[in-house]
Amino acid sequence: MKVAYWPGCVSRGFTPELHGSMAKVAPLLDIELVELDRACCTGAGVIAEHNQELADTLNARTFALAQQEIGRGADLMMNICSTCQGAQAECQERLDASGEYRDHVNELLEPEGLRYEKGISNKHFLWLMVEEIGLETIASKVQRPLTDLRVGPFYGCYIVRPTDRLGIDHDQPRDRYLQRLIETLGGTVVDYAGAYKCCGFPIITMNKEASLKQAGRHLGDAIDAQADCLVTPCPLCHLNLDLQQPVAQKLVGRPLGMPVLHLPQLVGLALGLDPNELGMGKHIVRPTSVIDWTTSVVAGVGATA
Amino acid sequence: MAEFTLKIRRYQPESGESAYWEEFKVDLDGKRSVLDGILQARDRQDGSIGIRCSCRAAICGSCGVRINGKPALACHTHLDEAERVAHGVGWNAPDEGQELPAITVEPMGNFPVLKDLIVDMDAVHWKKVQRVTPWLLPEGPPPEREYIVPPESMIDVTQSMACIQCGACVSDCLSMEVDPLFIGPAALAKAYRFVGDPRDGQHRERLQDLAEDPHGIYDCTHCFNCIEACPKGVAPMSQIMRLRRVSSADYGIKDRNNGYRHEHAFVENIRRNGILHEADLLPDSYGGKFHPRAVPELFSSLPIVTKALQRRKMTPGKALGHPHKAPKEVKRIFEQVEGRGERYELNLYVVGVEEDEEALADNEAALASDEGPDAVGGEEHAAAAGSHLPEERSPNA
Repeated sequence: MKVAYWPGCVSRGFTPELHGSMAKVAPLLDIELVELDRACCTGAGVIAEHNQELADTLNARTFALAQQEIGRGADLMMNICSTCQGAQAECQERLDASGEYRDHVNELLEPEGLRYEKGISNKHFLWLMVEEIGLETIASKVQRPLTDLRVGPFYGCYIVRPTDRLGIDHDQPRDRYLQRLIETLGGTVVDYAGAYKCCGFPIITMNKEASLKQAGRHLGDAIDAQADCLVTPCPLCHLNLDLQQPVAQKLVGRPLGMPVLHLPQLVGLALGLDPNELGMGKHIVRPTSVIDWTTSVVAGVGATA
Repeated sequence: MAEFTLKIRRYQPESGESAYWEEFKVDLDGKRSVLDGILQARDRQDGSIGIRCSCRAAICGSCGVRINGKPALACHTHLDEAERVAHGVGWNAPDEGQELPAITVEPMGNFPVLKDLIVDMDAVHWKKVQRVTPWLLPEGPPPEREYIVPPESMIDVTQSMACIQCGACVSDCLSMEVDPLFIGPAALAKAYRFVGDPRDGQHRERLQDLAEDPHGIYDCTHCFNCIEACPKGVAPMSQIMRLRRVSSADYGIKDRNNGYRHEHAFVENIRRNGILHEADLLPDSYGGKFHPRAVPELFSSLPIVTKALQRRKMTPGKALGHPHKAPKEVKRIFEQVEGRGERYELNLYVVGVEEDEEALADNEAALASDEGPDAVGGEEHAAAAGSHLPEERSPNA
């Protein structure tokens, strides 16, 4: 399968291990990544907050670039960031709702020879694995089942709400895919309070305390539910949950030390890749703090931070 | 008739006991509401069940509760639908093979509970609504007769006026969960109702107040829970984003919470680099690397920065240099859209979604072959969301 791939900004910035691990995992799942390197940031909701039309136009441009790749044989467009997925879905909802508005936006794209046609298929890697590749196929590729690994899903707001915009319903329970995937990879799903909550990242520069109290609370809830690690499809959540975990720890007044994996890292481990190859040494809270798991799965990574 | 099991969270403060769950079996048609189920349990089994309700038609906003963990109006949720969510596909649903759980009904979150399903609306919701001065403050003496207002400017506030004060959005506000002082979604949506009203003469003062408050518009963490919770399509978070937009773009209010600075730093960052350059965003959000506000923040981030460098999460070259530059086409779009001086905002609540010709044809075919309940349901749903305003009333027409 060939996809027009939008990696996002943070996966090439402060969480380089996400982009890196995706590149390692893709060939194992027979995904060919065609990177949309001329595209720009989705705005992560902030550009839309500033000027809705600007965000819609920039994302329409990205969609148009992806549609060019689709014209050359790509099957659909793919994201690896919940926030990108949600921000783009919001713009696509408006663009697809009104022909007049779409024409107006397309006028702005015309000088570059681009045009967005209604109805692009744009899926997060998580959705793509379940809906396009299929969990049975993924199960058949598992080399090293995550036996006894207790994994807490952490979705990130943008990929679970609003449900109607994201196409989540009884027939397409995209808000259960992480759980299904964890089970497919041989792991155990941990049910804890924070799975669908907010990591707090959007307000980190405005109200740092409220922001990191959210992250700290969910990490604490996961510890109380005896999770070995969390997995997230969102690199911005990863910033608050992992990079900022030492600060969150102080704010919630309890030791945390909860490793947080990016989605392709978890998949990569089960598919037999080496933890170092997946960039696990780059985390602030090293995944080796996972006790029962270290000897079998991530023995290659150095000691706990 | 069918049998449904309601698992209700009970709590009587005078008993001195902690809260507990109690199951009730009710016998009703699946298209009756969860409220009907609760009332039947109260009538036939236990007269002490506490629930606040009045209109039973999703108008009065009294019966806000959490059903299967999500906020909703009890009178606006079908029993069969609630059971379906409880059994299989909703959030935190059971794994296969587990015993099918009952429909859970519990009081709303973020509120103190008075008894069973009844929460203290005064202590949280009404206090916060009062905080935003929820009445018109016109400038100068009132006109001799009525105020004359162009219809399109009132359409702009219809979405926030649709609020029935049920508190569902407050129940699941994730910012409020960690910061109980946050003014919150319902009250801020109400604030937009007056900021968007041309008769009000205190727009700047209202916005200044809400932007400067550390628990005001910039305390919203953008989690969409309020949008998902609202039974009336008010989309409180969207109203908060509009408050931010008006505050920053129309009034240039540079608040002490860095809301204005963060927004502008982010947008400028993308205009310049095309993709986000995080190493600049943080200091710029505090006013720039050498701004007095930024220095302590950067200093306190040093341990994390050091660790990130150690772990090769970032390299000094990447943090200080700007390896990625925005394509000129991105810069052109910024110039064209921002240079126009007026904003083009498409509100789907007001204009509705354009009819899809193919889907329309399908619907007609389905209706013709007498298999149309889905199609009809779809139309009803759209009308209930208020999205079928005629074109001449559309602000974007």
